[in-house]
Amino acid sequence: MAHSPTTRRRKKANRAPFLLLLGSLLILLAGLGYPILWQIITSFQHFGLEQQFGAPPTFAGLENYARIFTDDRLWTVVGRSLAFCFVNAFATVFIGLMVALIMRAVHGGVRIVIQIALLLAWAMPMVAAVTVFRWLFDYRTGIVNWLLTSLGLSGFDNYAWLSHALTFYFVASLIIIWMSVPFVALSLYAGLTQISTDVIEAAEIDGASRTQQLRYILLPMVRPVLSIVLLLQLIWDLRVFAQIRLLQDAGAPVSDTNLLGNFIYELGMGSHDFAGASAVSLFVLGLTILISWPYVRSLLKEDDQ
Amino acid sequence: MSTSTVAPPARPVRRRLHMGTFAFDVLGIVVALTWAFPVYWMVLSALTPNARLRQVPPSFLPTNATLINFQRAITDPGFLPALKMSLMITLLTVAVVLAFAFLAALAISRFRFRGRKSFVLAILIIQMLPAEGLFIAQYKMLSTLGEDVPALGLNSVLGVTILYSAAIIPFTIWMLRGFVAGVPLELEEAAMVDGLSRTQAFLRITFPLLAPGLVASGVYAFLQEWNEFTVALVALPAGSAHTLPLWLREFLNASANRGLDWAQVMAASTIIAVPVVIFFLLVQNKMTSGLVSGAVKG
Repeated sequence: MAHSPTTRRRKKANRAPFLLLLGSLLILLAGLGYPILWQIITSFQHFGLEQQFGAPPTFAGLENYARIFTDDRLWTVVGRSLAFCFVNAFATVFIGLMVALIMRAVHGGVRIVIQIALLLAWAMPMVAAVTVFRWLFDYRTGIVNWLLTSLGLSGFDNYAWLSHALTFYFVASLIIIWMSVPFVALSLYAGLTQISTDVIEAAEIDGASRTQQLRYILLPMVRPVLSIVLLLQLIWDLRVFAQIRLLQDAGAPVSDTNLLGNFIYELGMGSHDFAGASAVSLFVLGLTILISWPYVRSLLKEDDQ
Repeated sequence: MSTSTVAPPARPVRRRLHMGTFAFDVLGIVVALTWAFPVYWMVLSALTPNARLRQVPPSFLPTNATLINFQRAITDPGFLPALKMSLMITLLTVAVVLAFAFLAALAISRFRFRGRKSFVLAILIIQMLPAEGLFIAQYKMLSTLGEDVPALGLNSVLGVTILYSAAIIPFTIWMLRGFVAGVPLELEEAAMVDGLSRTQAFLRITFPLLAPGLVASGVYAFLQEWNEFTVALVALPAGSAHTLPLWLREFLNASANRGLDWAQVMAASTIIAVPVVIFFLLVQNKMTSGLVSGAVKG
């Protein structure tokens, strides 16, 4: 609406926008531009022990890429990351949708209680949340093992959840779902309240059952919100690093539990293979841009308005 | 005014829900309890003497509540330096980001210029980039830089501030752009007709209307960087430079080496979480009403 300025102003303000952008540009170039450039250059260089001690790096062509992308460890981690990302994103959105539908069906007081509980979980700092889950799943005195053994599942007596890859991922998924459902549920609930009650009343008069209302009215009408939150979850769950790193502190087998971010961390910080780490990093950045492209495009459209 | 056209007119739905509603209420309470439980358990454990915490069966209500665990956590030699580090980095980042992002938001919402579209596309893409795809290069950059200029190297406040600012600035520009676009240019122009200069009109008319947007963006940036872990992990390796999230991790690991005092660890978690949670709950309203008033025509 208020966008198009007059031509008079445009002429006068020729340099103004660039001056206004200068600070942000400098910060972005220093904090992101330079590291990305370094990463691109390094991924084409030999960057081994000699370079650590000051020898000039030598050009390596595609050698690093060939080495990393023929490494079985990488493909194991990529497969694992994709599986982890899909399972968690879909589980989060499904549970979030269920919670949103429940919020729509309950009395006002209960709804406020649910909202407060969701906001509590949403607001929890990630490191604190992981720490609490480590305590819940502590093998000696954790509440989860106590509960399961009390229910007669004696196999969980002193069961070390974080020492086995499968249960490790189960706990990691619980943390991620617990932390991400609030955003999804509250967004979807907001979307559901936008649906005009006239439409639903009309359906009721026509004799549509609750399931039919859900299937033919509610779900199609929240589909735009649903696809955006699903896309965001996919993007966010692909980059999971910190939760895994923090859970590994409990003594998990690191190479069996690494996701992509952790693999890069190990390569760079652990083995000082900066060239390999750069190659994998660029692969991850490319993958992210690819997945997030539809979202970026929808935001760009918003900018055009 | 936060009157809005989007207020949910959900009342009439109530009437048809008498029978099934009770079942949903029960289900809703279960959902609420499930989501609140980890937070409740954290606070409860923090208030319980560690000896009691090891007993079976566990107690679900506070018995013999004590503050000793909090005292132990706060008097940990790493706590105060970490608090100081977190405050310095976060406040500096918020100041830098708000100032620069605000100017950039003005540029892209009030001016049409060559390269504008590319800039908008760039910040949209950049805000999606994961820290995990960049942090090794950022570590390398700071460690190289630190050899010549220690004030910008690893373990420095300024070094991390640059990385944090770059990470959060694209989203902040995008958020502020919405607020700036929500203030009609006509208001400013009217003031200019009344004899104010362009700068005066901006400072007296537009800027006050943008205050809620600046607060919301500032709070968002604050919470993001206050809780940040991944970049801090590589950029602040020295124990003396740890921020609060890194301190909590160290506190837990150190406790694990001594047989794990979960009561103390939960007290440490609570100390970190409670201010953030309260802050988040307080501004939750302001942020939404700020967003709504940004969308409402003056």
